Amino acid sequence: MNDALVLGLITVVSAATPLLLAALGELVVERSGVLNLGVEGMMLAGAVTGFAVTVTTGSATLGIICAMAAGMAMAFTFGVLTLSLMANQVATGLALTIFGIGLSSLVGAGFVGIAIEPLPKLNIPGITTIPVIGPLLFGHDILIYASIALTGGVAWFLKRSRPGMILRAVGESDESAHSIGYDVIRVRYMAVLFGGLMAGLAGAFLSLSYTPLWIENMTAGRGWIALALVVFATWRPWRVLFGAYLFGGVTILQLASQAADWFDVPSQVMSMLPYVATILVLTIISAGPWRTRLNAPACLGKPFRPAS
Amino acid sequence: MSFKVEKRQELDLRLFYLTPVLAVVLTVLSGFLLFLLMGYDPFLGIYYFFISPLLSSYGLAELGLKASPLILIAVGLAIGFRANVWNIGAEGQLTMGAIAGGGLALALIDVQAFWVLPLICVAGIIGGMAYAAIPAFLKARWDVNEILTSLMLTYVATLFLSTLVFGPWKDPMGFNFPQSEMFAESATLPIVLEGTRLHLGVIVALLVAVTGWVLMTRTIIGFQIRVVGQAPAAAAFAGFSRKRMIWLSLLTSGGLAGLAGLFEVAGPIGQLIPSISPGYGFTAIIVAFLGRLHPIGIIGAGLIMALSYIGGENAQVEAGMPQAVTGVFQGLLLFFLLASDFLARYRIRFEAHTAKRKEALAP
Amino acid sequence: MSDFNFTRRTFLAGSSAAAVTLGAPLAFGAEQVKVGFVYVGPVGDHGWTHGHDLGRKAVEAKFGDKVKTTFVENVAEGPDSERVIRQLASSGHNLIFTTSFGFMNPTIKVAKQFPKVKFEHATGYKTAPNVSVYNARFHQGRAVIGTIAGHMSKSGVAGYIASFPIPEVVMGINAFTLAAQKVNPDFKTKVVWVNSWYDPGKESDATKTLIDQGADMITQHTDSPAPLQVAENRGVWGFGQASDMKAYAPRAQLTAILDDWSEYYINRVQAVMDGSWKSQNIWYGMKEGMVKIAPYGSEITDAAKAAAEKVRKGITDGSMHAFAGPIKNQEGKEMLPAGQSLTDDKMATMDWYVQGVQS
Repeated sequence: MNDALVLGLITVVSAATPLLLAALGELVVERSGVLNLGVEGMMLAGAVTGFAVTVTTGSATLGIICAMAAGMAMAFTFGVLTLSLMANQVATGLALTIFGIGLSSLVGAGFVGIAIEPLPKLNIPGITTIPVIGPLLFGHDILIYASIALTGGVAWFLKRSRPGMILRAVGESDESAHSIGYDVIRVRYMAVLFGGLMAGLAGAFLSLSYTPLWIENMTAGRGWIALALVVFATWRPWRVLFGAYLFGGVTILQLASQAADWFDVPSQVMSMLPYVATILVLTIISAGPWRTRLNAPACLGKPFRPAS
Repeated sequence: MSFKVEKRQELDLRLFYLTPVLAVVLTVLSGFLLFLLMGYDPFLGIYYFFISPLLSSYGLAELGLKASPLILIAVGLAIGFRANVWNIGAEGQLTMGAIAGGGLALALIDVQAFWVLPLICVAGIIGGMAYAAIPAFLKARWDVNEILTSLMLTYVATLFLSTLVFGPWKDPMGFNFPQSEMFAESATLPIVLEGTRLHLGVIVALLVAVTGWVLMTRTIIGFQIRVVGQAPAAAAFAGFSRKRMIWLSLLTSGGLAGLAGLFEVAGPIGQLIPSISPGYGFTAIIVAFLGRLHPIGIIGAGLIMALSYIGGENAQVEAGMPQAVTGVFQGLLLFFLLASDFLARYRIRFEAHTAKRKEALAP
Repeated sequence: MSDFNFTRRTFLAGSSAAAVTLGAPLAFGAEQVKVGFVYVGPVGDHGWTHGHDLGRKAVEAKFGDKVKTTFVENVAEGPDSERVIRQLASSGHNLIFTTSFGFMNPTIKVAKQFPKVKFEHATGYKTAPNVSVYNARFHQGRAVIGTIAGHMSKSGVAGYIASFPIPEVVMGINAFTLAAQKVNPDFKTKVVWVNSWYDPGKESDATKTLIDQGADMITQHTDSPAPLQVAENRGVWGFGQASDMKAYAPRAQLTAILDDWSEYYINRVQAVMDGSWKSQNIWYGMKEGMVKIAPYGSEITDAAKAAAEKVRKGITDGSMHAFAGPIKNQEGKEMLPAGQSLTDDKMATMDWYVQGVQS
């Protein structure tokens, strides 16, 4: 393994991390039976809040916390509309994105052109300098480790924990979950808030670590890719990680192949690769002999109101 | 005091139509506060947003122009959404329709004949359909999720259009800018209202909406679509083919999106350029649900959505509001409209007294 | 939703002689001049649109109560732009700047309907009696930073983050490479197209990839400061784009190419006030102050600085040209013999790369 490859892998991981964080949150939301298409808007709210708070207070930790809170506030709005007022989830999610783009540029107007220090990297003297493994495993910022830990955490939560089982039950059959005494709406609120928290965190990663700056609309469509990755992963956490790294990997590969001048094709065709690759891999997963149950939560997107 | 929410036994039609009015009132009130808070004259703000675009025939024509692609696409999407087929990629199908029809228009650039326009319209429809056929095939054959495939194909379509206008379809006289030649007169939509940009596509959009309404309410196909969406098990039992529904809804929505794309390039744009749509394919999803998946409702929703964009531009020009404020306001408007459904479908009953009485009666 | 703003800038220098019409002076001079701006991006992009908005603010600062400026941001290049331009024209604006290539045909259409309103379209090529065209010779700045890159690069490889292959971007890549090769004949420029004007994440990924492949000079034709931030982090050099980005890369930014529209905008508003406005097609550069070079960074070597200053002064006084022969294309074919320099028309429609460019 040469240095360029190691460096390339590190680039892939950091490109994939915002997608992974946002997608993990949306996965939990969808597993509870709710479809929130407003990820892009919540990410922007997180990005601008994280940046603004970090600049104002000087504390990145506080910035990250406030970014998560901002994502949750957006998600709460979505929850009130769709869970309490039974508004259509798809349309409300899209409206949330329009709202988030406007709100973030309103808040962020005074923060364009300001620079901050990126998040500190995890530097362990003597270890980070070990060839290959050192730079590959260490020396990243804390949110990258957090994203991997969170993947494990979400997987454990959904599969092993009791609240996770309740959440899945609510997503699979809200009526029966209700009839055995679970508060469906409450569970869904929690899930939606968690989705907002994660989208806010993903936004903070963008504006504090990945590219430490604020400019309007800086998410550039990453919220949409995160949504697609949840579907790609057939609603399983480790597959979200795989999907995010695959998408990030193909993106970086196409950039690298342009830089190295490997193929003589228009750059637009190269830029298509990550999207085409995702479709191909999903088709293979869906069609292949190792085909697994598609796993979409049965109640996804359907409103629920307990009949009393 | 406690209150209880219960579903109305029957949809209250009076409220169903009244609630959007309530939503508008709430929006106006919140807009008033927002503008006041941001330091703008609230009366003028509301005026520029909602009233001034409607005061001239030119303004009304622009409203129709902006609403027609939204209506056209949303009618198609609504059919799919009713059958539980989630085409998120109308934007890509729109692009492919524009490429197919626009490409033909470029090939026939020297032909002055009446049949050119109908022909490129058909090409636009086929382009959109063919592109929607990819997610349809993958879904019908291997159950590949159409949300992912249709969304990803949108990015591919935009890049494909870019490849063409930066490459082989570039206007040789265009100084190497990414744009095609201007279409010939015979490949341009006629204007229906003199002095405006309102073209034939607006009438087509209205006709399509009415046709969609007839299709959904008066035909067997429409019935099947609704059953497949609402009760898949019953549909399977009745022998309705799920695969057929997948093909039908994706091809319909793809074809209409393709036509909308063609109308943009053969209408107000007049050539192929790298960005033909400011996200109509995505906005149409909101329009479809705002119109309650009902073709006639979609006409109203399309007009409201178009007004909110044009009103936003107006407020920027006339009142000097930044786009951020108009975006926030547009979001609020949508929130209120979406939430207003609630009142029509559910009843809130206040129970403070009954509860107490029960307590009193208890031994 | 994806934002593809491909075509916003570029231009062509005057092929058609501009028709000359003198506008009537505004009555009594006391009347306020209303100036409208149509932007393709948000004013908070810290790039192209931000630069034009600084020009708008300069107009306000200069004329105070005598002008009223209006802007509409994020206007899509298509049917929407025609409506916005018309709205500005019909609401009493005297002068309207449309600041993206894609606004060209809509500007011309609206201008026909409003013969009394003056229009200024950035980076296009169609003029009319009431439509002027203006653009900046950004490639002159590229020649200066290319000279620095040639001096200071150890690997002899630069990474170029590019948006879309429109003539202006192609010109920039070529001017940069030619200037660097004057210092180091083996100099190479690796180009990565990100197919966006505006995606900090992707710009930063492209930069990392280029550095991984040996580039130690980073320059860009996209809007965000993200590439410079990466350069700062990875210990290579870079150059600011469109505005001074020193805040983002205090060590790595050796200098920056600045777009300065202020003077032009002020002059054109003044011309409308005086009644001396007439249609023209201009392509201003460092001589007229539309393109400027930011103060040099502290890390620049004396030799590089001296050479850069020589190029800057030479281009400003006209004794040097960014595209002086001999120039060979990628295949080694001679495009321009020694002793000549490219004409404006040839530059403006450039769709080929010079030897040493890997694209």
